Amino acid sequence: MEYTVEDLGGGVAVLHLDGRLNMVSAARLREAVTSTVALGHTRIAVDLAKVDFMDSSGLGALISGLKTTRQAGGDLRIAAPSEQVKLVLQLTNMERVLLAHEHAETAFSG
Amino acid sequence: MLETNARTSRTDRGVGERGPVGFALLRVLVVATIVLGLNYVGWRWLFSLNWHAWWIAIPLVIAETYSLIDVALFGMTMWRARTRPRPPVPEDGLTVDVFITTYNEPIELVAETARAARDIHYPHSTWILDDGARDEMRIAANELGVGYISRGDEWKGRPLHAKAGNLNNALLATEGEFLLILDADQIPRPEILDAALGYFADPKVALVQTPQEFGNVATGDPLGSQAPLFYGPIQQGKDGWNAAFFCGSNALLRREALMQLGLTQYVREVERAVLVALRGADRVITRARRTADPNDVMVNAALDEIALAVDTARTAVKQGQPIARVTYDLQHQIDSVSRAMVSFDLHLLEMDLAAIRELDAAASGEPLDALLDVDTTVDTLAMRQLSPLGALESVQALLRTIDVDRSDEAVPLMPLATISVTEDMATSMRLHGLGWKTVYHHELLAVGLAPEDLGTMLKQRLRWAQGTMQVLLRENPLVQRGMSLAQRLMYFSTMWSYLSGFAAVVYFGAPVVFLCFGVLPVDSSAAEFFLRFLPFMVVNQLLFMVSSRGVSTWRGQQYSLALFPIWIRAVTSAVANVFFARPLGFVVTSKTRQEGDQWGLVRVQLVLAAVLLISTVIGVTRLVLGVGEPIGTLVNVAWVVFDLVVLSVLVPAARFQGFATKEESA
Repeated sequence: MEYTVEDLGGGVAVLHLDGRLNMVSAARLREAVTSTVALGHTRIAVDLAKVDFMDSSGLGALISGLKTTRQAGGDLRIAAPSEQVKLVLQLTNMERVLLAHEHAETAFSG
Repeated sequence: MLETNARTSRTDRGVGERGPVGFALLRVLVVATIVLGLNYVGWRWLFSLNWHAWWIAIPLVIAETYSLIDVALFGMTMWRARTRPRPPVPEDGLTVDVFITTYNEPIELVAETARAARDIHYPHSTWILDDGARDEMRIAANELGVGYISRGDEWKGRPLHAKAGNLNNALLATEGEFLLILDADQIPRPEILDAALGYFADPKVALVQTPQEFGNVATGDPLGSQAPLFYGPIQQGKDGWNAAFFCGSNALLRREALMQLGLTQYVREVERAVLVALRGADRVITRARRTADPNDVMVNAALDEIALAVDTARTAVKQGQPIARVTYDLQHQIDSVSRAMVSFDLHLLEMDLAAIRELDAAASGEPLDALLDVDTTVDTLAMRQLSPLGALESVQALLRTIDVDRSDEAVPLMPLATISVTEDMATSMRLHGLGWKTVYHHELLAVGLAPEDLGTMLKQRLRWAQGTMQVLLRENPLVQRGMSLAQRLMYFSTMWSYLSGFAAVVYFGAPVVFLCFGVLPVDSSAAEFFLRFLPFMVVNQLLFMVSSRGVSTWRGQQYSLALFPIWIRAVTSAVANVFFARPLGFVVTSKTRQEGDQWGLVRVQLVLAAVLLISTVIGVTRLVLGVGEPIGTLVNVAWVVFDLVVLSVLVPAARFQGFATKEESA
């Protein structure tokens, strides 16, 4: 999995993920969230448009990211999940924790 | 060579019964041909090799040995070439499915066949098996009142196996005790089932093959479409050894036999796949370890457990435990690895959620109400398609192969052999291996369409030859258990005949070498050579004549030599396909004429003809200048003339404008 960070200003950043969010890449997502928060962006929108697969480790990394941002007084929101990702969120009841937004860029403006 | 001949030789079907005298004569000729052939080829090896020119002498004597083996196998076939007595009248109430296989043939053509199939007298169900999944075909089938079957979703993204796959798909959707298989263009006669079903009164009979003949062949058969020697004496001879071949169309099959074949093959392939996969498992796990992050405890622990499970499975297989049990246990262990990983992830997730809940409560007093039902969630997230093991793709791929559901195939049972582009021969060979009997019924019961242009004809010949070579390379009949020696030789005979391209190159090349350079591969006096060669040659030709009941096999002999580039390409492409997994460049034979430049298809032969002509000029010049040797020159010029006459078969073939066009202008 690859990712890029886009600074939207005002402490908001978008994490664009690309690839599979699984056991192997979960650690990288955790680091990405931590370092983005460390740079002062406490409100993070995770763009899942290009994530075609997520397993329990990937989900764990998202929740862990949510915790990290909340502890820093911010928030983590997700956007544009694929069908498979939506399925995992539904199966785990986590769609109630992580509400999916349509676009990452507008996740914090709505 | 004789069978490539046979499949391509043109004669009229005027074959009567062979009387006892004729049959005795045939057997005398078989013995005489083999004795005189051994006399000639033995002498060639032992006393007449020109070692100074070994580079041409050795290939020539090998080519001659090839031909002797070829004719000996042909002789063995003819040894039992008799017409069967009529079968009993079939009993009432047998259930029969008539299958018409189509891929891209015109709707009207298939509909005509379907209409004729529907009108077959004996009660039956007719089905169009449409591999093109065309709506118009479905509508046409409905209008005709016949069944329509096309591939279901389970075939998407999996190997289709062409016609064999199409038939296998239909076998699972129908239930008649017997099947009649027809190509889209083979129009059956109404009496086809009444005439041939009776053989199945013998419960060991699995297959009844009837002849294939074509109704659209112009006078003289320029493309050598008809195969009366194959669908006649050769199949009868094979039948005499209980080795009549399945030829893909115009054949009746016993469903039970095919199903048994499918099951046997399934077990064999599962076993093989599991053993291969377990053997490769260590390598896969080592590779996964190398790519995984060494600090990632989770991944490495999972890999350790999988390695252990694979090791246990391998030991179990070696101890002879049932494959199904072993694979089940292995899958089970893998699942528990997966579940352990998921519960670990969920455990961390729960702790995170708790922390978030506290934060929320502290901030707004509004607690997060999401709760995780860990037990059911573990189950769902550990399912194979969601499992964290999916991250280790090579491991995942490995696990898929270690299973008994053959998830790489659309349906686990593949009764019709899929190891070759010509599914028919491989299927009948496996049936013989299981102890089933086959029958060749010599009566024309369906009439088809032959290719109408050289390009299509060449593709069809190439496909047959490639398919035959695939079977030879994948399941060499000589080492197949369950078949008698004679049955093995009958299959081998057909495969051997398709190696003729290499011998042809030598036969074309030898006179060129002599005429241009004066090099003779044979070291002998002319008298001794002719004394040994001519009797063999004459008896050999007599054997062909008597075998084919006096009908000319010349057109077939011409094509067998003249198409040598096709035979060679078939062998090389089949080797590349079987051993190096290269595609064959397979094409479905077109039933409609293809337009275009037909000369380009026989470029090699045109160049060869030019080389032969130039060699003759050089040879004659050498003779006039006193350099050339007179008898040798005479023999080799005669040889070149023979070669050119052989090649001349391609001239009308390349210029042929198709059956309809020709008849209109005539």
